[in-house]
Amino acid sequence: MSLLFIVRRSLRQHALSTLIAALSIALGTGLVMAVIGIKAQSVAAFTGGQIGFDAVLGARGSPLQLVLNTVFHLETSPGNIPWAMYQAMRDDPRVELAVPYALGDNYHGFRIVGTTRTLFTEFEYRDGVRFQTQGGGRFFNPARQEAVLGSYTADKLGLKVGDNFNPYHGLVFDESMRHDEQYTVVGVLKPTNSPSDRVIWIPIEGIYRMEGHVLRGSGEDYVAEPGREIPDEHKEVSAVMLKFRNPQIGFLMDATINKQGKAATLAWPIGAVMARLFDKIGWMNQILALVSYIVVVVAAGSILASVYNSINERRREFAILRSLGARRKTVFSVIVLEAASISAMGVVIGFIVYGVIFTAASAIVRAQTGIVLDLLSFHPAFIIAPVCVIILGAVAGVLPAVKAYRTDVAANL
Amino acid sequence: MPLLTVANLEKAYCSPEGTQTRVVDVPHFELEAGSQTALKGSSGTGKTTFLNLIAGILHADSGQIVIDGEEMTGLSESGRDSLRASHIGYIFQTFNLLHGYTALENVVLGMMFGKGVDVEFAQHLLERVGLGDRMGYPPSQLSVGQQQRVAVARAIANRPRLVLADEPTGNLDYHRANEAIALVRAICHENNAALLTVSHDVGILEQFEETADFAHVNRA
Ligand SMILES: Nc1ncnc2c1ncn2[C@@H]1O[C@H](COP(=O)(O)OP(=O)(O)O)[C@@H](O)[C@H]1O
Ligand SMILES: [Mg+2]
Repeated sequence: MSLLFIVRRSLRQHALSTLIAALSIALGTGLVMAVIGIKAQSVAAFTGGQIGFDAVLGARGSPLQLVLNTVFHLETSPGNIPWAMYQAMRDDPRVELAVPYALGDNYHGFRIVGTTRTLFTEFEYRDGVRFQTQGGGRFFNPARQEAVLGSYTADKLGLKVGDNFNPYHGLVFDESMRHDEQYTVVGVLKPTNSPSDRVIWIPIEGIYRMEGHVLRGSGEDYVAEPGREIPDEHKEVSAVMLKFRNPQIGFLMDATINKQGKAATLAWPIGAVMARLFDKIGWMNQILALVSYIVVVVAAGSILASVYNSINERRREFAILRSLGARRKTVFSVIVLEAASISAMGVVIGFIVYGVIFTAASAIVRAQTGIVLDLLSFHPAFIIAPVCVIILGAVAGVLPAVKAYRTDVAANL
Repeated sequence: MPLLTVANLEKAYCSPEGTQTRVVDVPHFELEAGSQTALKGSSGTGKTTFLNLIAGILHADSGQIVIDGEEMTGLSESGRDSLRASHIGYIFQTFNLLHGYTALENVVLGMMFGKGVDVEFAQHLLERVGLGDRMGYPPSQLSVGQQQRVAVARAIANRPRLVLADEPTGNLDYHRANEAIALVRAICHENNAALLTVSHDVGILEQFEETADFAHVNRA
């Protein structure tokens, strides 16, 4: 038996105010950990290696827009580039993989991306891992009106292999923009926890031949005619997704395409482009962090108030303990320990709060981007924040402890 | 050497009017180890103050209190706390039990700041005072007499050499008061503790071989 015995008993005697103070600490700690954890994981997910491509080649303009539009399937397309640019990349021996994307249609808000079968047969969205279909599905036949759905898309739309649907024109869903072409779902991909889960893949020819689509690859308008091959010069792509044989090539291409050329933009490296975005919105995170720190400080204040208020009614208890031989500093320690214990309980509950906030936030991130944040991934803040909060709780106990320390024994017996 | 020696002890309080009122002025007082003494004095004559000085709860203005060779009056506050924890058991008029704790826990708390916790001994003491079946009860669920016995067990829990009892039968009727005094005396005797009782109650003083008038001890 030790001082903790006294601490535990008195916390139980003031269960309600203890609980309220602990819950406010839990809220504060949970917020702090969530803000830090979600930020760290988002940065990791959006700038880290799990993209599979090194660079994106697209229309002259903002690299960030290019990356958001192609890698994350957000934002509008900055425009198209001629098919020849794709061919040049595809045939460049320094390029390991070049995949064309043609954008412009959606189905109930889910983007339809026209591409080639290389996306399924050669692209590794994670080291050594390619797209795979679930159940009995298969990849599309480039000559047919067939579609392969990302897992999240299939889930949300309730579409399965064998179902038919009509694409809608534009990247934003508009009921009046329905195309007449009908597509058949031939495969649903296994979940990748990446933006690809929110996409509908169709053959790139399908985009070209969609009614109302005008091709301007040659500089003149061209409309595909059924049954007739489209000359390469008229074709265009929204972007070419690139994987280089080594990082130096990106460096060289950055120089030739971005610095010397004027025809296109190479977004490279993708991670760095996204990192710049996070730098730009860093202030938002700072505000969130500030708010969460304020909540922690207010919570520490509630510990102070809760413990401080109990001191008056407990004067006799302190006097009795002193009469039994307890020293002033023992009484002081009991109170500081009590405040720290409330804080520690709050921290434990704080992990639940963190879990709830994180789960909610990651559901939003997933719905918006397809990226799945990992609740259990470790961050040093999960140790530093609790330790700091417990210390802060102990500090909040100092003022009440001084009051208890000053209790006059003879006057309170 | 006596267990307790008091010499030229003085203590004055500041009255609400701002004047100093001397409450304790004891030129000489002694207590032998294992002895039992009762001091009789009417209310307001400084008995509680005197015991609080001996216990080191109050600091004397001047004079010496020597307990078991250690001079209480020369110690810092925390030194007095330690000396109290190791040498003195205190039975209060109002018992001063802690309400958030059971009878057993109250006795255990009496050990916590001194020689160390010995739960078995605490249980033994409660059995000795006839509360073997009430150990888990909080004070609020005990009769006044039972509370007094918990206070007795707690005072002896730390194996003190000196037990101070301030009106230890304050709230008990005559019959129970006599029983209570007999128990306190027996238990102090069994544990080799000297007993110093102060009271205004003439009845209970009859039981002591050694009694004195507090007015003779305290000149104030
Ligand atoms: N803290 C105090 N401040 C001022 N006067 C006090 C204080 N405590 C006790 N006294 C006064 O000292 C006198 C002795 O008190 P006390 O020792 O409690 O007497 P007793 O225990 O014999 O009844 C009383 O007149 C009381 O009013
Ligand atoms: Mg008194």
